[in-house]
Amino acid sequence: MTTPLLGLVLAVPMLGAALLAGTQPLRRRLLAEAIALAAAAGATVLCGLVLRLAIRRGELVYWFGGWRPHHGVAVGIAFAVDPLGAGLATFSGLLTIAALVFAWRHFDSVGHAFPALVLVFMAALIGFCLSGDLFDMFVFFELMTVVAIALTAYRSDQRSPLQGALNFGICNAIGGFLVLFGIALLYGRTGALNLAQIGVALRGAPHHGGALVVVAFGLIASGFFVKAAIIPFHFWLADAYTSAPTPVCILFAGVMSEMGLYGLARVYWTVFAGPLGADAGTIRPMLVVIGSVTALGGGVMCVLQHLPKRLLAFATIGSMGLFLIGFGLLDAGALAGVAVYVVADGLVKAGLFVCVGILQHRRADAGSLRVRGLGRGLRFTGLLFAVGALGMTATPGFGTFLGRSLIETAASSRPGYGWVPYVMSGAEVLIGGSVLAAWARIFLGWGPDDGDERAGESAEEGDELEVTSERTPAVLFVPALMLVAGGIATGVLPGVGRLAVSAAARFIDTAGYAGAVLGGHVAAVHPPRPAGPSIEEILVGLGLTGLTALFGLGVVAPRRLPFGPPAVRTFSRGVARRLHELHSGHPGDDVAWLVTGAAVVCGALVLALG
Amino acid sequence: MSFLPFAVAAWLLLVGLYGVVTSRHLVHLILCLGIVQASTYLLLLAIGYLHAGRAPIFVGITVGTPAVDPVVQALTLTDVVVEATVSALLLAIALQVDRRFGTVDPDAIRELRG
Amino acid sequence: MRTWLFLVAAAVLAAVLVDGLAGLPSFGHFHGVDGLTLDHVTVRQRHATDVITAINFDYRGLDTMGEEFILFASSVGLVVLLREQRSDRRQDARDGPAPPGGDARDPLLALVGRWGVAPIIVLGIYIVTHGQLTPGGGFQGGVILASALITLLVTSGGRGPRTIGRHGALEALEALGAGGYVAIGVAGIIAGLQFLSNFLPLGTAGALLSSGTITSLSTVVGLEVAGAIALIVAEFVEQGADSGTAR
Repeated sequence: MTTPLLGLVLAVPMLGAALLAGTQPLRRRLLAEAIALAAAAGATVLCGLVLRLAIRRGELVYWFGGWRPHHGVAVGIAFAVDPLGAGLATFSGLLTIAALVFAWRHFDSVGHAFPALVLVFMAALIGFCLSGDLFDMFVFFELMTVVAIALTAYRSDQRSPLQGALNFGICNAIGGFLVLFGIALLYGRTGALNLAQIGVALRGAPHHGGALVVVAFGLIASGFFVKAAIIPFHFWLADAYTSAPTPVCILFAGVMSEMGLYGLARVYWTVFAGPLGADAGTIRPMLVVIGSVTALGGGVMCVLQHLPKRLLAFATIGSMGLFLIGFGLLDAGALAGVAVYVVADGLVKAGLFVCVGILQHRRADAGSLRVRGLGRGLRFTGLLFAVGALGMTATPGFGTFLGRSLIETAASSRPGYGWVPYVMSGAEVLIGGSVLAAWARIFLGWGPDDGDERAGESAEEGDELEVTSERTPAVLFVPALMLVAGGIATGVLPGVGRLAVSAAARFIDTAGYAGAVLGGHVAAVHPPRPAGPSIEEILVGLGLTGLTALFGLGVVAPRRLPFGPPAVRTFSRGVARRLHELHSGHPGDDVAWLVTGAAVVCGALVLALG
Repeated sequence: MSFLPFAVAAWLLLVGLYGVVTSRHLVHLILCLGIVQASTYLLLLAIGYLHAGRAPIFVGITVGTPAVDPVVQALTLTDVVVEATVSALLLAIALQVDRRFGTVDPDAIRELRG
Repeated sequence: MRTWLFLVAAAVLAAVLVDGLAGLPSFGHFHGVDGLTLDHVTVRQRHATDVITAINFDYRGLDTMGEEFILFASSVGLVVLLREQRSDRRQDARDGPAPPGGDARDPLLALVGRWGVAPIIVLGIYIVTHGQLTPGGGFQGGVILASALITLLVTSGGRGPRTIGRHGALEALEALGAGGYVAIGVAGIIAGLQFLSNFLPLGTAGALLSSGTITSLSTVVGLEVAGAIALIVAEFVEQGADSGTAR
């Protein structure tokens, strides 16, 4: 049941970070890179071993300090690891390695601070995934935030990273306080911080524990929604992800945002599923609607973006909406779809960010507004970007398609949610079309001249770069290739769907979790066997990809298609300008929307369940 | 009366957020964030309080004497450190903003938009 | 207008919060099971009379490790954030007025700098090492130790942070503290137990050297906090020194 691997999985990156900070006076770049990569690779290998063990044994529980629970009272902190958590931790490790490798060439001087911060970030991600204690999760959540602020503002001699980091820090700090308020409420009710122990204490309480439990859920959800950039908690994300250094964006867009949803899912199925499970029929539509708004809203904002990193930032928001829809269905099959989708989408997006990085590397102008045609001549990068764009549109063959089809199957089999697949497809068309349009604009030079199309956008300053070179170095190209290939692999490797469904079934087994953590015995889980995507689904998927391509064409070259009467064009331009103004980048605005979102979420929950 | 500490915690949270939303000076904004932080400390400590409970320090005091909840105090300690560091980082950013933008008025910092 | 939006939202949130907080046990009547358990068993199990320090460095030691690294990351990040500036400001600052910290010849400041620092350091060490007995511990004592370093900084006048050594020394101290915590944790595994297990002899409750690794962890944290806080303050003071000449 327990393994010393879990004791070391945090120690390795943290020791690496301390070592890097301690050897800073030596100022040897090669040494820094070596330590960083060794620590990251070592931790990833450990996570992979933990994943294998978790798949075999179902649930691994490790009590730090040896403080095992007595009679259901757990005063110590535990790692409670199931395949989903271990999988996400391993995925974080892989992306960290990609980010470190990419950063090596992306910056002309990395120093010791950057890899040290990245290693600490990795430790926070791993700790968050594996933890079985509510306050411990909060500590790792805050660690993530603090390191992310520092990483976003890394290029502090430029203006936009400062603004991005400021909004990021303020909003995510407030999100953390909301979560803490919820944790305090739960502690006040149960006197416990261990997830399983709280869940057991709340289970079977009359009237789902009263308003306190509902409010605690609302606050914790709101706090995690900030991290996950769910609308309207999302206003900080675009600024931050646009101005953060590109290697850092790999981690942010690939896994950090997703951690917000993971945290909510973990807390829901260990703590709240007991008292609120009977009300799942009320909670489900709320979550699915919020997810739909986020998915479509993110998609619409994508259409309006020209800068590639800002486009990918809004694509992240749109994807988070899709993931929230999947989670919101509160169903093992949908959750399995989310798991696959998260990994595949993260890999593909990371690959796209690396492509953007290659673009910045080869063309000094990549930060300016004149992206049209910038990538002409970068044939392999362009090809990779196009493939990545197809991955974002959930083309059959990619893991994104597999994930989407699992979620849609779950939605269609639930009466009253037949509309969900349409919303998901709509969002994917918007997002994927925008990315394809960006590909055409950057690598083919299509599209109108820079002009009135971009109301309100401003220039993104370039990252600290090596001098533009003649060839793309392998150390930049290979990670991009492998990441995009990974996105395809998750879609075509056999057994992925089955593994995901079995992992999801264990994730949602509240009683089984409690039994493993507090009692030490791991229950068996009997997941349904998922059917692979049918021929019909594949054909629909291909059709959707075609539709997306057409839509992308319409986005990039509206004058080549019959666009519509001038009134429509003026109207859409007005709407676009209004949307741009909404994303003002002002911290006060961001926080006001955040509080509004929290009020709506908590208020709706209390009204519906209180 | 026994609800007062919790009410004050909620009040601090909302007042601090009001300050953040309406602030015209970044340092003021970060201090208001500190008020929001303070609300969480107050909530935690108020939750753990026990009437006529001693501090959970058993020097010369027999074990078993009613004492206040020690866990929330440990949590608050962690909380204080976490939030002090967030403030330090944000203040450093504010300092840089002053240098790069020439102002610390959030209304005047409009580099990123859309 | 954003203020109106916020006020409406805040009113709703206020109602929600009151509704939720009303479900708490009334103030002063809390009987949380974790807390009660720990109040009863800590002295016996860990020979530590300060339950809170025992929680921080033993029962919930992993939280403290995370928290320590938050401080570590924040100070490393802050140094990176502010250091960019120094090179392009040094040019303008050469003929500027004296940096804050006052005139080095001010007798009162010199007095404090010479005689005031040692007692602060002694107090800091006392607080750090007595954490398991009385209120205190690594964090509190570390901040006191940092304030000793900061006093040196402030009273040394024109020579600024060079008085407390180059920042490299503080960063090394900090790294030592952070790495040391993890190393002690790993030592627990090597000793055949779990990460962050208390494997050292527990001594007698009330004695200075008691409660095993709690004392060592507290010391290590004290070092880290002292280094990190002093570094953060030194960075800010230096920035003030540089920007005093700008504009």
